[in-house]
Amino acid sequence: MKDHSLVTRKTAPYYFIAPVVAIFAVFMVYPILRSLYLSFFELTSGEYVFVGLKNYQKLFQDKIFYKALFNTCIFLIIQVPVMIGGALLLAVAIEQKFIRGKSFFRTTIFLPSVTALVAYALVFKVLLNSDHGLINYVIELFGGNAVEWFYEEWPARFAIIISITWRWLGYNMIILLAGIQAIPNDVLEAADIDGASFWDKLFHIIIPMVKQVIIFCTITSTIGTLQLFDEPYILTAGGPNDATITLGMYLYNNGFRYLKYGYASAIGYVMTVIIAMLSIVQFKLTEED
Amino acid sequence: MKRFNKAIVYVILGVAAFLSLFPFYFMFVSGTNTNNQILSVPPKFTIGTELIKNFEILIGKVDLMSATWNTLFISTVYTILALLLFSAAGYALAKFQFKGKGLIFGCVMGSMMIPSLVMYVPLFEMMIDINMTDSAWAVILPMLANAFGIFLMRQNMMNFPTALLEAGRIDGLGEFSLFFRVVLPNIKPALGALVIYMFTSMWNNFMWPLIILGSEEKYTLPIALAVLDGNPTNKNYAVILLATAIATLPILIIFLVFQKQFVAGVMGGAVKE
Repeated sequence: MKDHSLVTRKTAPYYFIAPVVAIFAVFMVYPILRSLYLSFFELTSGEYVFVGLKNYQKLFQDKIFYKALFNTCIFLIIQVPVMIGGALLLAVAIEQKFIRGKSFFRTTIFLPSVTALVAYALVFKVLLNSDHGLINYVIELFGGNAVEWFYEEWPARFAIIISITWRWLGYNMIILLAGIQAIPNDVLEAADIDGASFWDKLFHIIIPMVKQVIIFCTITSTIGTLQLFDEPYILTAGGPNDATITLGMYLYNNGFRYLKYGYASAIGYVMTVIIAMLSIVQFKLTEED
Repeated sequence: MKRFNKAIVYVILGVAAFLSLFPFYFMFVSGTNTNNQILSVPPKFTIGTELIKNFEILIGKVDLMSATWNTLFISTVYTILALLLFSAAGYALAKFQFKGKGLIFGCVMGSMMIPSLVMYVPLFEMMIDINMTDSAWAVILPMLANAFGIFLMRQNMMNFPTALLEAGRIDGLGEFSLFFRVVLPNIKPALGALVIYMFTSMWNNFMWPLIILGSEEKYTLPIALAVLDGNPTNKNYAVILLATAIATLPILIIFLVFQKQFVAGVMGGAVKE
């Protein structure tokens, strides 16, 4: 009976996948190609004029673009290793056999990563307030000097770094935790019997065995950082003096404030190339073994 | 391990847990205090009496009801559509052999590497062309091109016992009823993880709604928050933090109820081969 129906075992997958293929074609593939096309054009008085590589040439002489690139690199170089390192440390700590209340620690440390980026950025904006903020109060309590978090370049960058780390550390910790739990118990027990120290186990067993997961976390964090937008938008508005402007914000400003669609598309493509290159490098690192 | 070392591990975890929780506490408590109390040094940490007054100021400043309703509507519709589309796609990719499968899966995976920002200018143009800016659908539809959701479903479907499918086919079930009556009911945990992941990502979504929604009555909560904060006159942090708390509370409750699914959603991508 069923053999006469249109939906057979042969045709069924096409029905199941067709809606997603259509959506990807319209809302993913087309915009990606259109964006590449637009990056060779300039919008002048409502009409697209072909300008060849001019947008890219302009971009590579654009001081704010370099500043955005520099800021993004700073966030990457400082924030990603600190966060992944911290996440690994906490994951290993929670997995220690003697720890009671594992699920309490897991839940509370993961909690920040359910909040909206806008929401937590607003909370940190108040906490980091230079005259009245709690964080400066604590710094002064321990004898330090109050920091002008939003009015000086490096403190502003660190304000962003502190905030992002708070939001994403627990998220990465949970992923790493899953990796650590997948390590067979007898491997660690054998090490215990051989009298291995905590550090021996960490560097010679745990880290090598969760290397794939660490790289996964690094890649996703890198992609996320390169697209950073919400936090600088709320916390610093890219300031002071463009010290915290990111590629994402610069793209937004050009595309949706100044309506330079072509230029914004060129920024997007440079970002894509950077992400692709970094991802390939990180993938190659995993393949070595 | 020595008692001293154990203590250090507990201290590290305790500090991390405290630092994770404190901003939440501060956010909730600040909504009940005045702006001056929050900005005094040190700020007031205890529950105050200003909650109702702050709330009255808040609803005078932004249309919180419509922002909450918009966010709820967009997140719910998006989640339902994503659930149907992604589980079907994941099922096809995991349990069938068909022409173009490799290409489709390759494209899906590859698109994870592409910053979504690249697509916003063409998408914005597209929405203007079809006269759909400033609508909930303009927020929902483009976000359905989400590679991670499809990947998550495919990974979960891989483990689905093929014998169960064969048994269903022998019993004379058609391919669609097989999917709806055998497959979906048996992967409820994975669907739960997907629901949580999709719902929160849309609830918290900021940049694309900011671009595409223009009028105040269409704003979602994150935009309403940003607008509230962006208004330089009479900046009242008590009111801002109260709004932040209201926007955060639903997600927090969902998280505490569905913790397992949350964690499964986060882990799903990373751990299963």
